[in-house]
Amino acid sequence: MAFPHRLDAPELPDFSMLKRLARDQLIYLLEQQHEVDKLYKVENKPAISSSEQLCFLVRPRIKNMRYVASLVNADKSAGRTRKYKVIFSPQKFHACEMVLEEEGVYGDVSCDEWAFSLLPLDVDLLSMELPEFFRDYFLEGDQRWINTVVQALHLLSTLYGPFPNCYGIGRCAKMSYELWRTLEEEEDCETKGRRPEVGHIFLLDRDVDFVTALCSQVVYEGLVDDTFRIKCGSVDFGPEVTSSDRSLKVLLNAEDKVFHEIRNEHFSNVFGFLSQKARNLQAQYDRRRGMDIKQMKNFVSQELKGLKQEHRLLSVHIGACESIMKKKTKQDFQELIKTEHALLEGFNIRESTSYIEEHIDRQVSPIESLRLMCLLSITENGLIPKDYRSLKTQYLQSYGPEHLLTFSNLRRAGLLTEQAPGDTLTAVESKVSKLVTDKAAGKITDAFSSLAKRSNFRAISKKLNLIPRVDGEYDLKVPRDMAYVFSGAYVPLSCRIIEQVLERRSWQGLDEVLRLLNCSELAFTDMAKDDKASSECLRLVFVVFLGGCTFSEISALRFLGREKGFRFIFLTTAVTNSARLMEAMSEVKA
Amino acid sequence: MDCYTANWNPLGDSAFYRKYELYSMDWDLKEELRDCLVAAAPYGGPIALLRNPWRKEKPASVRPVLEIYSASGLPLASLLWKSGPVVSLGWSAEEELLCIQEDGVVLVYGLHGDFRRHFSLGNDVFQNRILDTQIFHTEFGSGVAILTGAHRFILSVNISELKLRRMPEVPGLQSVPSCWTTLCQDRAAHILLAVGPDLYLLDQSACSPVTPSGLAPGVSSFLQMAVSFTYRHLALFTDTGYIWMGTASLKEKLCEFNCNIRAPPKQMVWCSRPRSKERAVVVAWERRLMVVGDAPESIQFVLDEDSYLVPELDGVRILSRSTHEFLHEVPVASEEIFKIASMAPGALLLEAQKEYEKESQKADEYLREIQELGQLTQAVQQCIEAAGHEHQPDMQKSLLRAASFGKCFLDRFPPDSFVHMCQDLRVLNAVRDYHIGIPLTYTQYKQLTIQVLLDRLVLRRLYPLAIQICEYLRLPEVQGVSRILAHWACYKVQQKDVSDEDVARAINQKLGDTPGVSYSDIAARAYGCGRTELAIKLLEYEPRSGEQVPLLLKMKRSKLALSKAIESGDTDLVFTVLLHLKNELNRGDFFMTLRNQPMALSLYRQFCKHQELETLKDLYNQDDNHQELGSFHIRASYAAEERIEGRVAALQTAADAFYKAKNEFAAKATEDQMRLLRLQRRLEDELGGRFLDLSLHDTVTTLILGGHNKRAEQLARDFRIPDKRLWWLKLTALADLEDWEELEKFSKSKKSPIGYLPFVEICMKQHNKYEAKKYASRVGPEHKVKALLLVGDVAQAADVAIEHRNEAELSLVLSHCTGATDGATADKIQRARAQAQKK
Repeated sequence: MAFPHRLDAPELPDFSMLKRLARDQLIYLLEQQHEVDKLYKVENKPAISSSEQLCFLVRPRIKNMRYVASLVNADKSAGRTRKYKVIFSPQKFHACEMVLEEEGVYGDVSCDEWAFSLLPLDVDLLSMELPEFFRDYFLEGDQRWINTVVQALHLLSTLYGPFPNCYGIGRCAKMSYELWRTLEEEEDCETKGRRPEVGHIFLLDRDVDFVTALCSQVVYEGLVDDTFRIKCGSVDFGPEVTSSDRSLKVLLNAEDKVFHEIRNEHFSNVFGFLSQKARNLQAQYDRRRGMDIKQMKNFVSQELKGLKQEHRLLSVHIGACESIMKKKTKQDFQELIKTEHALLEGFNIRESTSYIEEHIDRQVSPIESLRLMCLLSITENGLIPKDYRSLKTQYLQSYGPEHLLTFSNLRRAGLLTEQAPGDTLTAVESKVSKLVTDKAAGKITDAFSSLAKRSNFRAISKKLNLIPRVDGEYDLKVPRDMAYVFSGAYVPLSCRIIEQVLERRSWQGLDEVLRLLNCSELAFTDMAKDDKASSECLRLVFVVFLGGCTFSEISALRFLGREKGFRFIFLTTAVTNSARLMEAMSEVKA
Repeated sequence: MDCYTANWNPLGDSAFYRKYELYSMDWDLKEELRDCLVAAAPYGGPIALLRNPWRKEKPASVRPVLEIYSASGLPLASLLWKSGPVVSLGWSAEEELLCIQEDGVVLVYGLHGDFRRHFSLGNDVFQNRILDTQIFHTEFGSGVAILTGAHRFILSVNISELKLRRMPEVPGLQSVPSCWTTLCQDRAAHILLAVGPDLYLLDQSACSPVTPSGLAPGVSSFLQMAVSFTYRHLALFTDTGYIWMGTASLKEKLCEFNCNIRAPPKQMVWCSRPRSKERAVVVAWERRLMVVGDAPESIQFVLDEDSYLVPELDGVRILSRSTHEFLHEVPVASEEIFKIASMAPGALLLEAQKEYEKESQKADEYLREIQELGQLTQAVQQCIEAAGHEHQPDMQKSLLRAASFGKCFLDRFPPDSFVHMCQDLRVLNAVRDYHIGIPLTYTQYKQLTIQVLLDRLVLRRLYPLAIQICEYLRLPEVQGVSRILAHWACYKVQQKDVSDEDVARAINQKLGDTPGVSYSDIAARAYGCGRTELAIKLLEYEPRSGEQVPLLLKMKRSKLALSKAIESGDTDLVFTVLLHLKNELNRGDFFMTLRNQPMALSLYRQFCKHQELETLKDLYNQDDNHQELGSFHIRASYAAEERIEGRVAALQTAADAFYKAKNEFAAKATEDQMRLLRLQRRLEDELGGRFLDLSLHDTVTTLILGGHNKRAEQLARDFRIPDKRLWWLKLTALADLEDWEELEKFSKSKKSPIGYLPFVEICMKQHNKYEAKKYASRVGPEHKVKALLLVGDVAQAADVAIEHRNEAELSLVLSHCTGATDGATADKIQRARAQAQKK
């Protein structure tokens, strides 16, 4: 179990430098520059501090600016004067200053920037921690974060670059890549002539593959994320896991030896593994029985600490497993998974539709219901008009009328659409695809955008062989392919694309797939001519997910890496899952 | 070489002075120098001449000509003077010609006679006229001091940021002082003036009389004063022919000299160099030039022609109709080497090298001599240094050859100084060339720096030479070649006779993608010259779209600016342009522009969503975007409005909008919501409790939970709640209430549209096995096994499964068989399976 890496697996670059960099910058900023002595979380409530100076470390959002402005104005009307400092991370936006100006506090506040964009969550996972990227870009069409992405890529290439082979797919990927290139040329940077450390970089837009992100996750790390929500690489396990009255914050990364071994496992294997582990541990403890004094001394001083720690971790994960089992192995969950698989494979659509309807009728969960509706829509190229209306009506009746706006959002993002009669669509489509080719990306108007995003999932699935043929039982203990992350039912589309492109070292032969993905003009390959890249570095791949990636995708690629001798490094705007995607699209009452 | 020191003149015991020709001038002057206003810029700068017709009693009817020459006498510009009488000419540190008119207007010209700008020195000056002015240079730039007709001094330290300071009044000053000058000390400018036998120092606050220390008695008037290039020293010439030389503070006397000439000198300037041995003053009369210092004897030259002195950092340039000479103190290194019978190491090395060339063994002797004294390093250094101070390339070469020769016998002599000197001399010789005409000395060059020299070459439009120098010195492209090319391009765009297309193409051909060249800067220049079209063409070459935006905005090409900003991907830039557009265009046009730029539109919408809701509405209205308009009102209905009437009204507007958008679904849903809201309000009034803002489902559930079954059913009918939903809803609510009786009644009201398995499930969830069993029997065959298992009747489940002959069901039952109690059942299943397989 817990597949070891191949012996010849290449070394990952050291990303702890990024962490140190960020930490030092922050400490310098807060302590030295602004003499901050106490930290509070920015929440929408009055500041209680009596300090003479308030310092805000915020994302550049209008909402945050209004909060700051309201605080300043409250102080003013109370006749109180303090100094205010706003530190924007990763950068300041003009609109923020505008808001401060319009609220009449621009003169009272001084601004600063903290250009922090890359947080290493794990040895192979860097996150920009920009969950808002998804909604801002894919729903609102706001390109403000692209620059941040470009800066992050630039930082990567100055530290670990250059990257001899670049691939990408998606409008955002293309734009980011082009801007990044321009920036590199402009800076005429020192990376030229340096030996590359990482051989490939692959940029991928989230909207190329919504399906994978919408599926229920069944590998351990994904399940933990779906169930308990992992935040910045750590998770809060509540009392039901710790079996005490306190919650426990646990860092989840490769340093947790127990977790490291089970994170990529299908959940059905995890419990068995953990109990085996527990037995081993017990055996090691038991060894001390026959020890003499000297051996005992050795044992206590050297091994005991490690064993104890392992013991602690083991009990945490066993607790988490139990809690997940309680929640997920009920009849409901199996039905749910069955429905999802049916949707992915495209059979029993009627049955699945009534399952979803029942799901809504029973008010199981607004987010889950929405997710299933979206999954149905994408896999089926939109809902048939009758279902589209009735499901929406049911949903509004169950969860409240304000979701009318949610549906409008989902439609715009192409996540939940109505099947249009075939012929008229293609006419519009060809028109749209012409617009898409326009260099000034984003010229496509809102009205067309949802139409352009016909998902064609079924055809793609066939083309890329996403649904593995099952001969007999799929042995989840010994995975055959990346489909194991979805119980052998489905190979994640995003991962398959990456696999195919890496195999060919280009998009050659994938024209049909690209056409189906509506990305014919939005895929690119760029290879450096001089081949200074060592074979070692050619087996390292940076995968950049714009709009977020899921732990299932990470697990799948880790698996692919082991199979093919690659090692993947993930850079994502944020780690996401189906619930987060749906929440980003939801309109809730203020 | 014997006569090399022939033009050396000793002053006292310590120093020699030499005068040599820089250029023979053939500038073909029409006027005598003495009839002209003359201004020559320091550091070998250009010379401006303006025949002064206003000085003479009878004003000439012909307009005078302003002429500008290079230091070598090549004409650079010549223009007819059409403005008012000029009091004084002077060059600024940027080599711009300042022409100060009597009325206080200053006209600024470029090196090539191109008019740059003009400014006035204020009303005060205009009314009182100017009597005299001085242009001076400090580290802050070029300043100007004025003596007005009202005998007041006015000062500006930096003319590029003109700030005029009126100096305090000098008590009793009724006529022009006999002489005056500007002093700069401690970062402030003062004026020293002489009135009769008295000297006054004017600073910002006061006018105080001063006396030079150790001044000889009997002075009744000061005729001339001179301040040194660095403002450190001052010389005074009195009517007794006595010269006082001391520090600028007047507190210390360096030396004095009596020349016994009482005639006022034409010019008096300092002639010294940084770290010079002797401090000397050059005094010029009509036909005589005298160098005086701390020595009983002075050096005297006869002036054949009318001459003009230009003080330099390390000497004095002397201009006349036919020649341009340089007079300076012989530098130490040169003196050591060339002094007659010098035994300095450098001198010996030079000698050794000469002998070596003659293949004479004496070379060895000389060399040995130097080496024995251990002075070879010093000798080489001396030769290198002396080479720098020589004007003749031949002499430079022989000194460098000597240095190179000496270097061979040294183990570790760092080559830098030799290499740099060779490079510097090449550059210097190139710019000293007659055609270029910048007679810089090595000392001046080092003070000026290569960057400034390049600027000056650019100013003279000597682009190829500048580029050659950059390439020769291997300067980084950004500081060197690119910068010069950019300047060239800026000059090129001013050539109005060439078409826009040709200029743009020529510039692009030459510049290509040279790093560090900013096409937008060049375009800005083109726009400055009024060539907007050319500017736009040039901007096309600018690779960074972001850079194009500010200029485009300035040129009022806002829409183009917007698309460029969008291309750059910098949302901030887009935003800036948007705000610009918003102010520039009327609302309608602004919206129209946005309409064609979805990215900008969505950006602006985002902003409006938070800050300007009304604008957002207008935006949607403008676009006839009824769908979004509807959404807008929906949002308003639960975010902005408090009162129920307001909310319903907002929803009504939304519904109307949805109808217009042909989105009947949304319209209907909105209307339903209006109905629901009104109803909820009524329910709250009648029944109490909270109903507002619940979903339809929750409203019905709440009614059932409150025991209002009739109402609930009415509502379900009114809103056409599907049967299935209603059953689920009732089932859940009744189970929550644990109203088993009602539940049973409900189950029998008609055939369940959701089957009876949910009944079993929900009873088990409430741990009511008894009730669950009631429903288990009614579960349809397909779920029967499941239901039986749920209520824990494994045996019966097994029977049913066997009856169904369903493999999956059998396994399911089997997995539920636990322990000994179900042993029999398990066996039964196994048997049934075996039987099935047999068949």
